[in-house]
Amino acid sequence: MLLDDILASLFGSDHGVGREAGILAGRATLADGTALHVMGFVGGTELGIDQAITLAGLVLGIARSEDGAPILFLVDSSSQRMARRDELLGLSEYLAHLAKALLLAEQAGHRTIGLLYGGSAAGAFIATALACHTLVALPGAHPEVMDLPSMARVTKLPLSTLQQKAEATPVFAPGLDNLAQTGAITEVWDPEQSLGAQLMAMLETPVTGDVRGRLGKERGGRPKAADIAAEVTALAIAHG
Amino acid sequence: METLRFDLDAPKAAGGTRTLALVGVVASGNLEVLIERGGPAERCIIEVATAAHGFKALWDAVTADFVSRRAAGGLRISINDGGARPDTVSLRLAQGVRLIEEPEE
Amino acid sequence: MSVPIPSPQHRSWYEAGARQRIQALSDPGSFVEFIGPERREQSPHLPLFDLPRQFDDGIAVGAARIAGSSVLIAAQEGRFMGGAFGEVHGAKLTGLLRAATALKRDVVIAFDTGGVRLQEANAGELAIAEIMRALIEARQAGVRIVGLLGGRAGCYGGGSLIAGCCSTLVISEQGRLSVTGPEVIETNKGVEEFDSRDRALVWRTMGGKHRYLIGGVDAYVDDDAGAFRDATVAALARPARFDADAIEAEQKRLEHRLDRLGTRHDGRDVWTALGIADADAIPDMPTDRFLAEAANHRESADAAR
Repeated sequence: MLLDDILASLFGSDHGVGREAGILAGRATLADGTALHVMGFVGGTELGIDQAITLAGLVLGIARSEDGAPILFLVDSSSQRMARRDELLGLSEYLAHLAKALLLAEQAGHRTIGLLYGGSAAGAFIATALACHTLVALPGAHPEVMDLPSMARVTKLPLSTLQQKAEATPVFAPGLDNLAQTGAITEVWDPEQSLGAQLMAMLETPVTGDVRGRLGKERGGRPKAADIAAEVTALAIAHG
Repeated sequence: METLRFDLDAPKAAGGTRTLALVGVVASGNLEVLIERGGPAERCIIEVATAAHGFKALWDAVTADFVSRRAAGGLRISINDGGARPDTVSLRLAQGVRLIEEPEE
Repeated sequence: MSVPIPSPQHRSWYEAGARQRIQALSDPGSFVEFIGPERREQSPHLPLFDLPRQFDDGIAVGAARIAGSSVLIAAQEGRFMGGAFGEVHGAKLTGLLRAATALKRDVVIAFDTGGVRLQEANAGELAIAEIMRALIEARQAGVRIVGLLGGRAGCYGGGSLIAGCCSTLVISEQGRLSVTGPEVIETNKGVEEFDSRDRALVWRTMGGKHRYLIGGVDAYVDDDAGAFRDATVAALARPARFDADAIEAEQKRLEHRLDRLGTRHDGRDVWTALGIADADAIPDMPTDRFLAEAANHRESADAAR
């Protein structure tokens, strides 16, 4: 779905979401009167230090605002920016800072919902989409850790071998289904229905702890993670 | 992956009282050896997981040599092989037994 | 109990294995491992690729005392699959951090990682996200999370993002901290952008001394297990603070860095901009002199991380 169509399906024509240099920001109101902060990416933008500090500044502004309004984070990005300047100046700190800002805003009462409608990869995926409390997606979104040809190069396996193995497991290859099965994506929304209605329904659900391990186990994409984590926690607590 | 299992005669019990020891790391040309006490007395059970297929004869030789040189009765030994040469395998087995024989604190 | 391993041959942190690092940090006999190798909780995914597994999936986690203080502790094995995060590996650290919140117990993490394990990429990526969330929640509960950087795999990819959430970071000269590794920058943007075989360039861009000078880490130590232990003890005594003020301070710190250094192209230029008289001398400078030089010029991240 195109961004304009997504915004229309969410909010009708009346929204204040602007875009500049691949970054979205603004406010909008749902049909039931719920006010939201809207931010994110458009156009497959790279997440470098400049984008990260801009987005983090927006998030911290929202966190300060005390209006309790949820944040809808729209994602169509590529990966983190892979350049000398960004690494020289400490990209890992900027990306971690953005994730921390989102978590802080959530703690300050702004529920964070990521809506993946395009691409998202690697460090950008972790610092934005996966840093939201809940991540939903639209069909056609294409999240990935790394594209298969690059994986083939790094692992020194033929691409055809990787493609074949990708049919046997959702645990490594790109794609919405695989990320849903492993627990990253809570729901895939129906583009034929009102996105605003689907968002309102989601906002009705209680805020929980991190359920992605449980989802991954239920859906079969990550058979071990939830139980291993739970056992380590229990052993540590029992040890005292 | 190929898994191999050797159930060897080891009449002399391994020394010491420790129940567990670990040596090595699964890296290229290396292996990890996990040693546990509590297997059948006078036997030494060795299980190997390896990506290098078709070397059973070499593993036969290395494990037989090991139990002929060291007191290994009652030990269960589990190996994850990263493509180690036989002499590295022998070294790790010896290190492992030495470690499990070390007095407890 | 904890599985006994051979004593370290020498005190290099870089050369040490995961459990050797834990032993070097911990008061003798205090380390108790959770889901140790004897449990054989190995990767469910590596056999599909005919890759050997490790009984602990490349990470040891547990509880210990350091200079008498109880902590939770984790150490990655950089020699197994490049210390990369897989499903089980990541879950062990996730669980440890959730316990840290429940117990209000400080955590020490010895990083040694190339990032996410490609054969389990989606599981690894999710683990990173779950770890970051659990880590921030622990910090909000007043817990200190100390990250140690100095292993042979560096601290790359998702590992670098986790490091960026820690309350204190300690690095040695050998340590590297970066999201994308040198080879991948070169593959993506060309050798003009980054010659990955130029080791001096790699260290000027993402190595321990550079990170210390720009305030990307908080302490710089020799490649010595005792030095890492001393720095850990010091880090565990720092105030524990993670709140809106700290993140606002970090926003300012990172904006200021862009203003001050954003047009610099090379580590050498950055150090010159920081006021260091002889930037070329930095790489070979011995630790004492480097720390003295850094004290006068480095950017600090105190109360802003």
